[in-house]
Amino acid sequence: MSQSLDEGQTFAALKSSGFLRRGRVVAQAMQIILFACAALSVFITGAILWVLVSESWLFFSQIPLVTFLTDTQWTPAFTNARYGILPLLSATLWAAGIAMAVATPLGLVLSVYLSEFAQPRVREVLKPILEMLAAVPTVVFGYFALLFLTPLAKQFIPGLSGFNLLVPGFVMGIMILPYVVSISEDAMRAVPMTLREGAFALGMSRWRTAFSVVIPGAFSGVTAAYLLAFARAVGETMVVAIAAGQNPNLTADPREGAATITAYIVQMSLGDLPHGSLAYSTIFATGLVLFLITLAFNVLGFFLRRKFREAY
Amino acid sequence: MSELKRASTFLSDNSGDPTMTQASTSETPAAIRADVRDLKFWYGKFQALNGVSMPIHDRKVTAIIGPSGCGKSTLLRCFNRIHDLYPGVRYEGEINLAPEHINLVAKGIDPILVRLLVGMVFQKPNPFPKSIFENVAAGLYVRGIRNKSEVEGRVEEALRQAAIWNEVKDRLNKPAFELSGGQQQRLCIARALAPKPKLLLLDEPTSALDPIATAKIEELMDSLVKDVTILIVTHNLAQAARISKYTAFMHMGNLVEFGETEQLFTNPAVTQTQDYVTGRFG
Repeated sequence: MSQSLDEGQTFAALKSSGFLRRGRVVAQAMQIILFACAALSVFITGAILWVLVSESWLFFSQIPLVTFLTDTQWTPAFTNARYGILPLLSATLWAAGIAMAVATPLGLVLSVYLSEFAQPRVREVLKPILEMLAAVPTVVFGYFALLFLTPLAKQFIPGLSGFNLLVPGFVMGIMILPYVVSISEDAMRAVPMTLREGAFALGMSRWRTAFSVVIPGAFSGVTAAYLLAFARAVGETMVVAIAAGQNPNLTADPREGAATITAYIVQMSLGDLPHGSLAYSTIFATGLVLFLITLAFNVLGFFLRRKFREAY
Repeated sequence: MSELKRASTFLSDNSGDPTMTQASTSETPAAIRADVRDLKFWYGKFQALNGVSMPIHDRKVTAIIGPSGCGKSTLLRCFNRIHDLYPGVRYEGEINLAPEHINLVAKGIDPILVRLLVGMVFQKPNPFPKSIFENVAAGLYVRGIRNKSEVEGRVEEALRQAAIWNEVKDRLNKPAFELSGGQQQRLCIARALAPKPKLLLLDEPTSALDPIATAKIEELMDSLVKDVTILIVTHNLAQAARISKYTAFMHMGNLVEFGETEQLFTNPAVTQTQDYVTGRFG
């Protein structure tokens, strides 16, 4: 090979040979295919948004936005129908909020432990086990909450209903834990060792180093982990549909059951609603609200990341 | 070679240097800040230090020189037990720190206690992801110093000692990452100085910096040594000659020669040292 390359003629012949031309065509084609793949995901997102907006058009043309956002009743199936998103929204935020209240402290402590304290062997065992939690089907989590944890919790929490927000919220917190720990631990381990050495050289303990140097150093990654986990909790369907009940209920008491946005969508999708009816369009209107919430958190995460991105 | 020329030029006309004259005229031996005795060190099964013994003179600059991999950084990092961060390391021997003569590498001594006594500055500036002020105050907070006026006073004092106060006094609350490399390194020096360490370790503190920033830090060491004992590892022979009072030459985990810098550079006792300082190897 090297010999033939030394000869100018052979080199020029090679340059215009079919082999190279085919290579160029393949490279071009690959580039187009790869671009198409990237474009497809953008297109699908756009298409989903288009469907959500266009299908909910009917809804918003009949129900004023102010009513939608301020009415405290959600009864689209009744003859005297009311269309206030607040009961669904409050249940969604309650469940996601309880999940975060569980996942935030637990996730922080676990990821600090894994990245700063655990021996490599312990970490190698513990992290995959934790990530296996993410492999459990959510329907299993749902029935676990409804049939095992709720009866158990009833013995300690007086007034807890069979369907409630507390237990599924807690179960969702455990469910999103692997996301939180995995991402924030990666971010913490990406903090360069020189920063830890600097902290230890000042006489800081491991805990102190973790909380005053490593976590601030990994801030953008840790925040991203929590925002992602929150978006996941807001959009979670099975657990709340099974264990929080199907009854829209504006309540400040998480011991009561209440339908979340996702649970409502499941319930309505299972019924046979005439296409084009107002009740049918509520699915898309509530879906749009859900989409906007997660979008808002993603955008927030994007800006937080940009603002706090640490350059090492 | 050019480095060497600079070193020898410096040595020949340092007769006017005040610290040099003072040292040569005073008859009493300088106080010892730390005493290294038969120090051995292992990374797992690999022995990196084979019984090093040397004194660290109080309020003087002691430089450790030697080719890459000779164990000079390893030796320096024994002084604050920063090795303990990594599994499988082992010390034997003593580093006795005056005045209490605590053996810094003894098993029973808490490494955190050692680090509270000994400050360190690293090769690459490593400011924390915090403000300039918070960086310098970090060491004070660790030691339980929280009184606002005291913290502010000591932060300013340390920044002045590190000759960076004038550059940062108007932006103490800005992130430390906004400073230039040389400024970041002086900030790290201020961070190490704020708790008033008994010994300041510098691990090639200027090797990531340009010549101007390097000159500033060398100048700074000259003024610091009035108050602080400095132990510095450097690749730069001219730097060792310029700034240190004592020099240790290491090779393959052994201390080959230790002595006054002037003598070690001009009239070394060991041929190996001579070969190294004249650039014949390393």
